[in-house]
Amino acid sequence: MEEKKLAIIATKGTLDWAYPPFILASTAAALGYETEVFFTFYGLQLLKKQLNLKVSPLGNPGMPMPMGMDKWFPILLTALPGMEAMMTAMMKKKMADKGVASLEELRELCQEAEVRLIACQMTVDLFDMDANDFIDGIEFAGAARFFEFAGESDICLYI
Amino acid sequence: MANFDEELDASGLNCPLPILRAKKALAGMDSGKVLRIVATDPGSVKDFEAFAKQTGNELLESGEEGGKFVFLIKKA
Repeated sequence: MEEKKLAIIATKGTLDWAYPPFILASTAAALGYETEVFFTFYGLQLLKKQLNLKVSPLGNPGMPMPMGMDKWFPILLTALPGMEAMMTAMMKKKMADKGVASLEELRELCQEAEVRLIACQMTVDLFDMDANDFIDGIEFAGAARFFEFAGESDICLYI
Repeated sequence: MANFDEELDASGLNCPLPILRAKKALAGMDSGKVLRIVATDPGSVKDFEAFAKQTGNELLESGEEGGKFVFLIKKA
C-alpha cells in the first residue's frame, strides 16, 4: 500500500484546541500515514515540556458548562477571576473520567509513531522562547520547510 | 468466537486510544496471528472497520459480548 501523507498546521494553544492535532496525527500514523505537524504561534505551547494549557468559557459560547451553566449563566460572569482555572480543572477531570488520553500521552504516542513535530523558528524568536523549554526530538524550521512536505501531502489541515 | 493469539483490553479508553493500542499490539505480532480486542468505546466499531480497511489487517469478527465490543483482527 502506498504511504499517504498528512500535513497539519497547529496554531492554537488552549487545552481544547490542543487535542485535534495530536489525535489526528497519532491516528493517521497508526493508519500508516507519514505525518508532520508544524506548530506556529500559540500552537507552540503544545511542544513545551511543561504543558500548562487552559480552556476558557469566555468568548466560547459552544462550550458545555457544568450544571447547565451555559444555559443560564450570564456571559459576563465567565470573565470572573478563577473561572478559567475552574473550567480547566473540570474539563481535565471530565476527560480523565471518560478515558480520553492526556495530551502528554497523545504527544508521546505521536513521537513513538515517528510523527515529525516542527516548531516554527520565527515564532520562537518573536516571543523570545527558550529552545530548552521544548520537548526533545522536535525540529525548528520555517514555512518553506513546511511546504516541502505539505506540497506532496494528500491531506493538509489548518487547526 | 474464533481462536486468537493475543488479547488487548481497551476497556474504558476513548478515541483514538483503542486504535493506537491495537496498532502497537499488532506491531509486535507475526503475520497471520490474530489479535482480540475488547473495547467499550461505541465509536470503536466503525473505527476498527476503517482501521482494517486502511492498514490491510483483516477484521475477522466484530461483535458485542456482555455490553462490550469485541474485535478479532488478523495481522497482514
